[in-house]
Amino acid sequence: MSLLIIIGEALRALRLNRLRTGLTMLGMIIGVAAVVLMLAVGQGAQTTVNQAITSMGSNLFFIVPGATSSGALRSGAGAVQTLTMGDAQAIAHLPSIKATAPIITGTAQLNYGANNWSTSVTGVTPDYFAVRDWPVESGALFTEADLRSSARIVILGQITASNLFGEEDPVGKTVRIKSSPFLVAGILAPKGQSLDGRDQDDAVFIPLTTGQRQIFGNQFPGTIRFMMAQAQSAEVMDEAETEMNRLLRQRHRITEGMENDFTVRNLAALAAVATGAAKVMSLMLGAIASVSLLVGGIGIMNIMLVSVTERTREIGIRMAIGANRRAILTQFLLEALVICILGGLVGVVLGIGGAWAVSQAADMVVVITFGMVALAFAFASAVGIFFGFYPARKAAALKPVEALRYE
Amino acid sequence: MNSPQVSDHPLIRVEDLCKIYSLESGNKQGGGTVNSQVLYDVNLAIHRGEFVAVMGHSGSGKSTLMNILGCLDTPTSGHYWLDGRDIASLSDDELAQVRNRNIGFVFQGFNLLKRMTALDNVATPLLYAGVSRAASRKRALELLKQTGLGKFAAYQPNQLSGGQQQRVAISRALVNNPQLILADEPTGNLDTQTSREIMAVFQQLNQEQGITIVLVTHEDDIAAFTRRLVRLQDGRVVHDGRVPA
Repeated sequence: MSLLIIIGEALRALRLNRLRTGLTMLGMIIGVAAVVLMLAVGQGAQTTVNQAITSMGSNLFFIVPGATSSGALRSGAGAVQTLTMGDAQAIAHLPSIKATAPIITGTAQLNYGANNWSTSVTGVTPDYFAVRDWPVESGALFTEADLRSSARIVILGQITASNLFGEEDPVGKTVRIKSSPFLVAGILAPKGQSLDGRDQDDAVFIPLTTGQRQIFGNQFPGTIRFMMAQAQSAEVMDEAETEMNRLLRQRHRITEGMENDFTVRNLAALAAVATGAAKVMSLMLGAIASVSLLVGGIGIMNIMLVSVTERTREIGIRMAIGANRRAILTQFLLEALVICILGGLVGVVLGIGGAWAVSQAADMVVVITFGMVALAFAFASAVGIFFGFYPARKAAALKPVEALRYE
Repeated sequence: MNSPQVSDHPLIRVEDLCKIYSLESGNKQGGGTVNSQVLYDVNLAIHRGEFVAVMGHSGSGKSTLMNILGCLDTPTSGHYWLDGRDIASLSDDELAQVRNRNIGFVFQGFNLLKRMTALDNVATPLLYAGVSRAASRKRALELLKQTGLGKFAAYQPNQLSGGQQQRVAISRALVNNPQLILADEPTGNLDTQTSREIMAVFQQLNQEQGITIVLVTHEDDIAAFTRRLVRLQDGRVVHDGRVPA
């Protein structure tokens, strides 16, 4: 008996018991849909984290004032401004360092015409945009000359620009920051969410010197809030960290045994942790979904066992008219497999639909790859073969005479 | 009555056939197995073209003998050659093939596959023999037409009368051109008139096509359609010869 005919027989048998077939299939559908949905959500989370990491720029260090661990009485990190422009310039000259970006931050009210908007104002040097790998979309960045002359120039993030200007083109217009007029030089390309979930596009950037002298004011001129440093390459990250620590200890006159008054944080290490966490979450979601697939598989086995018992006489008749054990085995195995494959197909469609619904409803990133669909499907088929095999073997092992006598 | 050619080499040869059923005792205290012997040293030779009735009271072992002859069951001891082949030497797959190609079964309860058309029921043995679906159906339809059921091809068994179902079963038994038809009380569920019609079909198959037929019955007037009577009693052959008139 050819395989095609056996498939036909399997389909016919399943059609005869539509409700039962449907309910059994439902277990499979839910299992496969859950696997696809969970993998899509997990993969989406990973993608979000990865995007946030790449949006930070590559091979980056954060150097912040204060210590994160030490003895008795301490101030929190950043409470004391121990880092200076001089530190940033000195670090920039280290061989393993490509560039540094000293940063001061604050919040201010911005006005343009009748519109106003409160956002974070960041004082940076022109290198900042290179370190962050953040180009302008229109207009231009400010220059070293603007920095030296403390020019009143501002670069707007996408969100801020649209909040202040709406449809208007801001480049060349004047906005007021804390009542001081600033010329809008450029609009930055969109960057998206950062690792901590802030929208990086809701920000404006002004020359560091302008910020220090005219916007924020500062009791210690020349100090900065924190800085970013970019290593020459991923290979020299460790070397760069050692060099920066040594240099800053030297510049800050910290003797042996004394605690650092700054902290160097490797962003790659932070990123690795975040990526790891996302991966674990993704795996866990997949594992939980797999359980429902397993339960669906057990349901199939259960129903197939009932079906074999119910159809014992049919099996006997088939054996009497010439079915060999393989034909019986194949028939029952195929019935289980057909349930799985049809259930798998519907499940994949439902899973993709569910993932889409989640992305719409919860504003989450979901990612569906061919690989995960294939995986869920292969898993479903494997479940079908695994759980269909025992009942099928039981059917094939029946003795013809006993099967025929069965009432 | 013109008699068909009877060959010298037996189609069925059975020597010292014994069948013992071992039943697990359900008694938890007693345990062990209970043996019950159903066939004692049965010797039998049936030649090609014969039409044999096997008779006996219930429990005489006639159904067990038929199951063994039909390769549905295996003897505990003794030998069975079908067309010169020692059945004991055959594998499960080969036995399935023998049932498929060499033997046609007709049962008391018809044993048609439910919710399947008469046509597909008749065609199924051909499918197991590896014939394509289209060719199987064509051959099945021919047979149904021969038994006068052509217009019932698309009916399912539960839509047919007992006699019609048995004709479908006979068509199914014939579909692979077997040398041997084993009929286990084929008229047991039929009224007298239909029984006669069915027996006439068997008689015709035996006389016109020379098909060997072994038929189990406990009715004398059914046995009267055959030409040789084997009577079993308590698992032993107690009579083998002409059918008493």
